[in-house]
Amino acid sequence: MVDTSPPQALKTEERSTFRVAMDSDFVYRFKNSPVAIVATAVVMLMVLCAVFAPLIAPHNPFDPSSLNLMNGFSAPMTPNAFTGDTFWLGTDDQGRDVFSTILYGMRISLFVGAAAVLFAMVLGVTLGLIAGYVGGWTETIIMRIADVQLTFPAILVAMLIFGVAKGITPVEYRDQMAIWVLIIAIGLSDWVQFARVVRGATLVEKNKEYVQAARLIGRGSGAIMLRHILPNVLSPVLVIATISLALAIIAEATLSFLGVGAPPTQPSLGTLIRIGQGFLFSGEWWILLFPAVTLLVLALSVNLLGDWLRDALNPRLR
Amino acid sequence: MLAFVIQRVAQSALVLLIVGLVAFSMFRFVGDPIDNMLGQERTQADIERLRTTLGLDQPFPVQYYKFLANAAQGNFGVSYRQGRPVSDILMERAPATLELAAVSGFLAISIGIGLGVFTAIRRDGFAANAIMSISLIGVSLPTFLIGILLIYLFSVELGWLPSFGRGDTVQLGGWSTGFLTKSGLLALILPSITLGLYQMTLIMRLVRSEMLEVLRQDYIRFARARGLRERTVNFRHALKNTLVPVITVTGLQLGSIIAFAIITETVFQWPGVGLLFINAIQFVDIPVMAAYLMLISVMFVGINLIVDLLYFTIDPRLRVDRTKAH
Repeated sequence: MVDTSPPQALKTEERSTFRVAMDSDFVYRFKNSPVAIVATAVVMLMVLCAVFAPLIAPHNPFDPSSLNLMNGFSAPMTPNAFTGDTFWLGTDDQGRDVFSTILYGMRISLFVGAAAVLFAMVLGVTLGLIAGYVGGWTETIIMRIADVQLTFPAILVAMLIFGVAKGITPVEYRDQMAIWVLIIAIGLSDWVQFARVVRGATLVEKNKEYVQAARLIGRGSGAIMLRHILPNVLSPVLVIATISLALAIIAEATLSFLGVGAPPTQPSLGTLIRIGQGFLFSGEWWILLFPAVTLLVLALSVNLLGDWLRDALNPRLR
Repeated sequence: MLAFVIQRVAQSALVLLIVGLVAFSMFRFVGDPIDNMLGQERTQADIERLRTTLGLDQPFPVQYYKFLANAAQGNFGVSYRQGRPVSDILMERAPATLELAAVSGFLAISIGIGLGVFTAIRRDGFAANAIMSISLIGVSLPTFLIGILLIYLFSVELGWLPSFGRGDTVQLGGWSTGFLTKSGLLALILPSITLGLYQMTLIMRLVRSEMLEVLRQDYIRFARARGLRERTVNFRHALKNTLVPVITVTGLQLGSIIAFAIITETVFQWPGVGLLFINAIQFVDIPVMAAYLMLISVMFVGINLIVDLLYFTIDPRLRVDRTKAH
């Protein structure tokens, strides 16, 4: 950073976008909130670990040639009785390093969670904009569907969609498709929040002067919705997206834990917990504990970040 | 008032019709029922005959009407996996889920309201703050992890409570109850805590924030000034006025207890309808899925309707506002 002189009130020269962003209220609040900083750091670390899992993981747990069955059930930090190998977090029944399976599992959990939220966001924002801007019958139909869906818990809706999709896909493709089906199921169960908020905001925005002006100079409805209204309704969408991400990660873990989610060939954190639960009674606690703690830390950090974001972006709380 | 009731009932009926359509479409489009019922050695004539007997050659609206008529009489066909009528299987499993849900609902409401009042009155006390912090973790913990944690603590480490199943049950007519035997009651403890915990924290936080709001009001200060006992002020004056939103949220939460029972039942291998539903999804047993969907939506829509009407009767202000608005 070259410009370190304190900003003066009457300074007239152009400031770089970066400087403007750094001086904003938002960044100031962020710097003064230890919770937000820690949560962001944890989430970033976990995302990095997930993205670079193949580089970080001691071995690829799903490559049979790198496994040694003799390593099965090694306790954490203790050398295996047969091979003498030591594993940080122990191994499971097939000799897979728990640390590596967690890294790969986190990858799938985060990918499914993020993709599902993205899907829900695109769908919900689009429908919300249309409902709010067009109004009339379109609005009634969209919002009634939203109301009906809101009557049922999201997790139940996701299960049903997953079950139906499983019935439609041919048996030989089920395992390959499971991840995508999961994304669609969780995404479809979660669009309502976005649609409701965006519709409400759109109803307010569409009567403002800038929208009327845009209409007067003859811009089409699509352009007005996308270029004029959308940028002005985005901040609540961002908050919902963050909170939804935590919910989506937990939903994915729950579905996988119940056996109606990620298949054993592509285990997510939920699948790992499901597998680990089976060893609880025989004393191999590490197979369960470490994935569970990882899931908890991940969900908690994203949740805290979402809470903080909601407070920071809410003008009424300032 | 009457117009409002009619409107709500009509809306509920519409929701049920839509859900029925979804359930019916599952039958119709997920897999071919003829394929499912006839074996490998079938002739075209067999297919035609079965198609006519099942009424699959009739137009879509007629089939849908028949499906609804059957569903209304509790007839959902035969499970693909177990080969028995779905209604029989559901009736057999329902008591387990309903007993579990009732106990968890009771725990959630009684402890939730109790702790909510306590944390609101002793707002700055150490115990109240501790409870609030713990509840924050409780909200972030997924249900299945709470269940596993409890099993590890009380079944594996301490060995006090059973980790799965319902224990011994007693048949009362068509109802199998676990309330009457010692092992049945012991088996209920962990699952009902697991299921009720999330709802309990929700109710507690809601009661607390509503109480704090009400305790600031003038009539509470005047009640104190009149020299009423602290207990009377807190429970008669304050708690009563927090109950409207609490009842709404609690009512809606009761519905989700039935839905979240799916998770708890899987963790504890509790032989209820939730476990049945999960198995049905795993094996793509469409009749069971459709029946569960219909059953749970009747329950949900019913609860929503009752809560709406209750809200209306409890809070006289609503009635006045509505008539003014129209």
